[in-house]
Amino acid sequence: MSAQDKRDTTELVQSSLQRRYAREKRFRFFGLAAITASLTFLAVLLITITLRGLPAFKQTFIQLDITLDAKTLGTDENPDTDALRKANYNGTIKNSLLALFPDVKKRADKKRLYKLVSNGAQYDLQRKVMADPSLIGETFTIWLPVGDDTNGYIQGNIDTTLPEKKRRFKDNQVQWVETLKENNQIERRFNYTFFERGDSREPEMAGIKGSLFGSMLTLTVTLLLSFPVAVATAIYLEEFAPKNRWTDIIEVNINNLAAVPSIVFGLLGLAIFINFFNLPRSAPIVGGLVLSLMTLPTIIISARAALKSVPPSIRDAALGVGASKLQVVFHHVLPLAMPGILTGTIIGMAQALGETAPLLMIGMVAFIVDVPTSLTDPATVLPVQIYQWADLPEKGFVEKTSAAIMVLLAFLIMMNAVAVYLRRKFERKW
Amino acid sequence: MNEEVTPLPSLEQDQTSEQTIEEIVASLGETVGEPRVDDPKMSVSNVNVFYAEKQAIFGVDLDIANNEVISMIGPSGCGKSTLLRCLNRMNDTIPICKVTGELMLDGEDIYGKDTDPVLLRARVGMVFQKPNPFPKSIYENVAYGPRLHGLNRNKADLDDIVVNSLKKAGIYNEVKNRLDESGTSLSGGQQQRLCIARTIACSPEVILMDEPCSALDPIATAKIEELIDELRENYAIAIVTHSMQQAARVSQRTAYFHLGKLVEVGDTDTIFTNPSHELTENYITGRFG
Ligand SMILES: Nc1ncnc2c1ncn2[C@@H]1O[C@H](COP(=O)(O)OP(=O)(O)OP(=O)(O)O)[C@@H](O)[C@H]1O
Ligand SMILES: [Mg+2]
Repeated sequence: MSAQDKRDTTELVQSSLQRRYAREKRFRFFGLAAITASLTFLAVLLITITLRGLPAFKQTFIQLDITLDAKTLGTDENPDTDALRKANYNGTIKNSLLALFPDVKKRADKKRLYKLVSNGAQYDLQRKVMADPSLIGETFTIWLPVGDDTNGYIQGNIDTTLPEKKRRFKDNQVQWVETLKENNQIERRFNYTFFERGDSREPEMAGIKGSLFGSMLTLTVTLLLSFPVAVATAIYLEEFAPKNRWTDIIEVNINNLAAVPSIVFGLLGLAIFINFFNLPRSAPIVGGLVLSLMTLPTIIISARAALKSVPPSIRDAALGVGASKLQVVFHHVLPLAMPGILTGTIIGMAQALGETAPLLMIGMVAFIVDVPTSLTDPATVLPVQIYQWADLPEKGFVEKTSAAIMVLLAFLIMMNAVAVYLRRKFERKW
Repeated sequence: MNEEVTPLPSLEQDQTSEQTIEEIVASLGETVGEPRVDDPKMSVSNVNVFYAEKQAIFGVDLDIANNEVISMIGPSGCGKSTLLRCLNRMNDTIPICKVTGELMLDGEDIYGKDTDPVLLRARVGMVFQKPNPFPKSIYENVAYGPRLHGLNRNKADLDDIVVNSLKKAGIYNEVKNRLDESGTSLSGGQQQRLCIARTIACSPEVILMDEPCSALDPIATAKIEELIDELRENYAIAIVTHSMQQAARVSQRTAYFHLGKLVEVGDTDTIFTNPSHELTENYITGRFG
């Protein structure tokens, strides 16, 4: 190569270099733009949800002086628990409201006055009385949740400049609430109800606990079933199975399963678990089984990839000192593959957590008030609850929907945090 | 190089060549030298190895003696690693690999029905080309084998085994204060000696080494060669190497392979000073390979 040639080469490289750098710059710019765009969308989403959902974590209470006389309650002086349960608490609440505003005489006005207090307040009162029946005959002060419209008014959601006819919260109701406010008989407090109750038709009485527990139970079943089965399958297919037509067929089918629309798993679950095995409808156990079917292929595929990526030199090393195949896998390969397997598992579990379609098929969409305590109790799950609340017209449920989304996201973040922690524990360099 | 040399069979089958590998191998003729020794530790007879349809080893006969280092040399791809991996059945992990012929350890067929490959690998240890310590502590690396085989009765026993193995591998002084650090945090040469310690810890009878120094600098290489020489007192050792000097320094016998065929075997001194086969001569004088 002559000196001339060398110079030419340098020039050629230099001229192409500029083009290459320009290309790199463009690529970087696009990458940054993409990240910025997605971060913006995420931020907007989170901010709107938080802004909308935050009010749901507070609840308005009204202070009432309740006189529990047996006559209004419709019981005798020493009622048994059954009578206590059935007693007319609504009546006592109404009486104490009337006592606050003795001027209210007209039937329609009375009705509006009663609406200040939540329909569910009677259950709060019932609980209190049943816990302490000696209260009967006494007069005491109690804070009770207000109705949905009142709550909306306090939060400033009701435009009082509109003509009275066009709004649900009427002028005299505004007046009463203002009077109560002046007397310090209205207070905003943390909304424990939201975390302590199941679903309800009254937005101020509706809580997330039912669906949260439903999700937890369902996901526990999913994790306990799909993780061991998937990891065992992956290990068998990757480390032990002979490579032949049968294993090829199995592999193709697993990959296909991962692509099956989730609602199909719901139909399958309905046909097999409920119709054939007669498992109860709407139960977390069935939900968990269905979601396991859905999650299995995801975990299997990622677990196989993780096992495959363990360097063969580690297997050689272990075999070389006389470890059996199983020992090689469990002492060396599996721990090294664990971070990858956990990543796949968390992706699968996150999918399962957000899944609604298959659960609709097996009846987890029912209106369920009680908090599930076992795997066979009827239950619903967070995303289904969100879907149900989003469908309801009451103002209170709009907030509740966003609040439920926040709870769902918090659940997800918690699951991820556990996975990250476990992954850290397993992560080793080689 | 303008010297007149007889045309040699090419390693790669280039398109112009009409000959198949089988024909070339046939043209190589019988093995020169004496592959047998008295009282062999391991003995290989008429071994052929196939990777699917492709034959990688052609009818090899070779003995490995006690208290001896035998080196296997030859051009890249001639099947040295393949043969070595047959000796402790590491080839079992390759599904397409098929072995025929007879391989004996102390007169027992290692591919026989009664032989357990796991037990075999405990008796015939292996050190690999690339240092491959487990991503665990140095202590765990060495303790793993003995613990697997239950060679220790208690923790103190195990400590003894670990320390002795590290000492024998000549790495103890460098790591004695950091036994709980990761084996992968060591330098390449230290890692390789750790791997040797790991192999010794299982108290094998034979040690197979596949280019153990190829990733190491001259100083680390010298240490390992010294070590091999010491280990010879207690073990039978087979070493694959690309370094002629190394073969000359550490081994008592040398086997030269070409295209899967054992071309020549004999005393290292004789092979390096007075080779009988033309291919061997070309290889060790650097004209080929
Ligand atoms: N796993 C395998 N699958 C298929 N063919 C293989 C495999 N391993 C080795 N071979 C083939 O067997 C022949 C011998 O390979 P081997 O690794 O034993 O050579 P080698 O002498 O160790 O070479 P090197 O000095 O480069 O390590 C080669 O032609 C190679 O292509
Ligand atoms: Mg090799």
